[in-house]
Amino acid sequence: MDQKIGVYICSGCGIGESIDVEALSAVAGEFSITKCESHPALCGEEGAALIKKDVESGEVNSVLVAACSGRVKTDVFTFDPMTTILERMNIREQVAWCQPAGAEDTQMMAEDYMRMWITKVQKTTLPKPYLEAADKTILVIGGGVSGLQSALEAAQAGYQVKLVEKEPELGGKVMQWHKNTPVGPPYQELADITVSETIDKVKGNSNITVFTGTTSEKIAGAPGMFDVTLSNGAGTHRVGSIVLAAGWKPYDANKLEHLSYGKFPDIITSVQMEEMAKAGKITCPSDGSEPSVVAFVQCAGSRDENHLKYCSAVCCRVSLKQAESVKQQNEETKVFVFYKDMRTPEQHEEFYRKVQKDGVVFVKTDTAQLAIGEGVELKLSIEGTDELLNEPLMVEADLVVLATGMQPAVLDDPILNLEYRQGPALPELKYGFPDSHFVCFPYETRRTGMYTAGCVRQPMTATRSANDGAGAALKAIQCVEMVSQGKAVHPRAGDLSYPELFIQRCTQCKRCTEECPFGMYNEDVKGTPLPHPTRCRRCAICMGSCPERIISFNNYSVDMIGSMIKSVNVPDEYDEKPRIIGFICENDAFPALDMVGLHKLQYPPWVRFIPLRCLGSINLVWIADALSKGIDGIVLFGCRYGDDYQCHFMQGSELANTRMDKIKETLDRLVLESDRIRLEQISIDDFQRVPVILEEFAARLEELGPNPYKGF
Amino acid sequence: MGDEERKILVVGGGISGMTAAIEAAETGAEVVLLEKNPYLGGRVAQLNQYFPKLCPPACGLEINFRRIKQNPKVTFLTLAEVQSISGEPGKYEVTVSIKPRYVNDNCTACGKCAEVCQTEIPNPLNYGMDSVKAAYLPHAMAFPFKYVIAPEIIGTDEAEKCAQACQYNAVDLSMQPVTTTYNVGAVVWATGWDPYDVTKVDYLGMGRIPNVITSVMFERLASYSGPTGGKLLRPSDGKEVKSVAFVQCAGSRDENHLAYCSGICCLASLKQATYLRERVPDGKAFMYYIDVRAMGKYEDFYLKVKQDENITLTKSKIARISPDPETGGVIVEGEDVGQGGMVKQVVDLAVLAVGMVPGTASVKPELDMEYDDFGFVTSSGASGIIPAGCVKAPMEVAASLQDATGAALKAIQCSMGR
Repeated sequence: MDQKIGVYICSGCGIGESIDVEALSAVAGEFSITKCESHPALCGEEGAALIKKDVESGEVNSVLVAACSGRVKTDVFTFDPMTTILERMNIREQVAWCQPAGAEDTQMMAEDYMRMWITKVQKTTLPKPYLEAADKTILVIGGGVSGLQSALEAAQAGYQVKLVEKEPELGGKVMQWHKNTPVGPPYQELADITVSETIDKVKGNSNITVFTGTTSEKIAGAPGMFDVTLSNGAGTHRVGSIVLAAGWKPYDANKLEHLSYGKFPDIITSVQMEEMAKAGKITCPSDGSEPSVVAFVQCAGSRDENHLKYCSAVCCRVSLKQAESVKQQNEETKVFVFYKDMRTPEQHEEFYRKVQKDGVVFVKTDTAQLAIGEGVELKLSIEGTDELLNEPLMVEADLVVLATGMQPAVLDDPILNLEYRQGPALPELKYGFPDSHFVCFPYETRRTGMYTAGCVRQPMTATRSANDGAGAALKAIQCVEMVSQGKAVHPRAGDLSYPELFIQRCTQCKRCTEECPFGMYNEDVKGTPLPHPTRCRRCAICMGSCPERIISFNNYSVDMIGSMIKSVNVPDEYDEKPRIIGFICENDAFPALDMVGLHKLQYPPWVRFIPLRCLGSINLVWIADALSKGIDGIVLFGCRYGDDYQCHFMQGSELANTRMDKIKETLDRLVLESDRIRLEQISIDDFQRVPVILEEFAARLEELGPNPYKGF
Repeated sequence: MGDEERKILVVGGGISGMTAAIEAAETGAEVVLLEKNPYLGGRVAQLNQYFPKLCPPACGLEINFRRIKQNPKVTFLTLAEVQSISGEPGKYEVTVSIKPRYVNDNCTACGKCAEVCQTEIPNPLNYGMDSVKAAYLPHAMAFPFKYVIAPEIIGTDEAEKCAQACQYNAVDLSMQPVTTTYNVGAVVWATGWDPYDVTKVDYLGMGRIPNVITSVMFERLASYSGPTGGKLLRPSDGKEVKSVAFVQCAGSRDENHLAYCSGICCLASLKQATYLRERVPDGKAFMYYIDVRAMGKYEDFYLKVKQDENITLTKSKIARISPDPETGGVIVEGEDVGQGGMVKQVVDLAVLAVGMVPGTASVKPELDMEYDDFGFVTSSGASGIIPAGCVKAPMEVAASLQDATGAALKAIQCSMGR
């Protein structure tokens, strides 16, 4: 495409009072552009028509709007992305609103931004979406409640589903259950297990192909084009996306020696208890007698630093359910529940109240400290401390039920068996659960097109697992729909760009294949990266990692940002006008800067910000570009990293930090102060901190004096 | 079936409704999203941070706003409520009433109207803890990024001044309420929750004692965009808060009030204790609980907060809160269930952890749906309306969004006539 660039400058909202728009237009005129116009309200009907006319007539095919933040007025400034390049240059919030009006330095800032943004437009080409991956079949792994529901919901929306279950029958764990906790008002009655109805619906749905007694031996490919090889000669199948609903397994009770599991036959787990109830009668395994006293021990190996540190969320309710089953079998049976905290959220509090009314006795104690031994009158004795009465407790029982926790089925079996350079399993979040780390995006995983549902994701009730299956099915469908149109999925949903590699220059250093948070690259035997564009989330972390600078996007490249830096006018050292380049995360730091402007706070006029898709896309060559040009300091604003990282691409800001540590060593060797580079973790609501950080940084640079490479 | 009927209407523009709308739209459905406030985001737009990551909700909202902005399949209406609804799955007719904003799409959020406006109204974002100009941007990150002229000043000279100050013809004082009818194939009901009116729990002193506030108000107090710019100040006299009592189950797990547990309040209070500890170096937090319900991996967060020796957790049901004339703070009293004896603690501020009341307890769709005694939707019944989020049960944000994502798929099926 022959670029015909139109620059449109708005002078409204105080821009005209702050900046000399005519002089700014003159700067634009120094570039090879088709036209530059200004308007007092570009977002108004007349202003918008001005741009539209030029685009529609074909006079302009690349639009640069120099006005308010690109976060606002998006409905006004919108063009067909397949035919028109659009860039927004923010001279309102990030110049006019945060700098003194009419000042020479304010004007210099706006003019630099003009140079940088025209350069950016010049380095952009139209998207060529990747359309090679269009299979829309959904693979569901796991035929328990969440997998069944997932398969059914996807099929009911018209999608083909392959449902794979390792056991000979569908149904999963709940097939072994006697009853469910109450599922509806008045939350008093145990509910029947209804999974067989769902199984019938699944079997009766012509969109679903069921494979039982089958596992995934290998999954190769990428979203829209996965090839799944099933066990037992069940063939290789092409699918578009994957729901992993592999469920859970009980914590190994053999590890609960401190609770005497294995020492006495009448100490059982809640799973064994449920199976017994299902079989028809709750009895003591030792002699088949009916217990006169049953004791439930909560958090058996849970919330315990020697075992599972977390809470499995459902065990309190499971024990309530089983206590109720005991009472239903014989209301004379005495039931004790030993607990740390009773965790019966939501309307289940009503059920808890009901079980209390039915005479079950609840004792608060540190259950990990209970001593369970042989009883005198009854089969077993339980000793500990009653934390409410603050006195020793001693209870005898015939049957002790240990409420054991849940672990993800993927704990020591990848199940998916992915042919991915970064390994066969979905990366876990914590304790083996491949859950999302994001409060706002519960279905986020680190493998594009793979979504987890049910207890493999986190401990949850059967009711919630089924709902979770529906949610994961939606995400799986969304993925195949987006991918078939060449679009990225969350968080850059709809992005049509994707990385292209100039592979002839690749040195097989493997940084890209190692650093991609989503496992986008495989490798050939020599270590040459093999990109899978539909696995990509378009964060460009690989672009930042590449020392050979061979990875680029149609609208984002090492050359583009490098050229933007080089377009900045750097005054000589006698002008005492230092220059700072700010690389900022466009998701959080950029809006935070907008908020600085909205609150009319000010920061030093020396800084020129460049928004990045993710701070992890920063390439070290940009630092060299900036310093060799005489830029005095470089500031990086990224998201919080560490355990509670906020980076939308998981590791971006952390990787940027690692890279900066490396470059600081290089600077020290060049006798260039490493203080000239500063990385700060900025949250989106940190607008008050931003000016303070920049003031401090500018002060430090003043101490250091001008970049000695200035003018070279 | 016409395209109209393939549409999905989502009622409620909080985080659940927004999620249902965007997830459906990114899957290819046409969606109309209704929100009764002048901005999207609902309750989470009023939160300072999320547990357990202590991250700002504005971050996820920003991404969701961006998804809406760039997706032509989502239309949203603010200040909009359902007036009537009829029909069945695959074919609904919904009449929507839209209140006037008195500001049109020309608004650039330049703020000139607010500069000339003198009248102030209680700030709805901050639960009335401060006031805001009657020409106002709901909050700094508000979406849509447009001012509102409060109806209180319509018809006054003040409103005229605002209109004259606007250089973009954005203030339109002649705006009238309008009603619009939509024919859609599916309806998602995500009207969220309201904090329990804890003034009904007389002995806790809410409404009578200035230094007793609710947990949702404390979120605003801690927010940099809140009434005090993020400083924890005592409402009675503006003195810095050095000690806070977090009173759990304030009306919850109580058959006289909310019989159920709202599931999130323990974690919310643990989180709020960290606000105090971060802002006030020697601040002391006291949390009074029946059970600490930190489910699943949230246990880690509980353990982390508990390690702070300035945060004391006591098993107690607080029976009385009274003013302390000596310190200007409040006295919190109850039985110490764990250690025996009584709790009697003087603190600067008492924060009542209030439960969640479903939006459907007060405003129900006209079509048949099934509810429990508390107003939570238990089934869409014959109406086929799909509930999502906290109208079904109290849920934390992640669970609401999981639920809303599933609801989006059900809505797509329903709009396809399946």
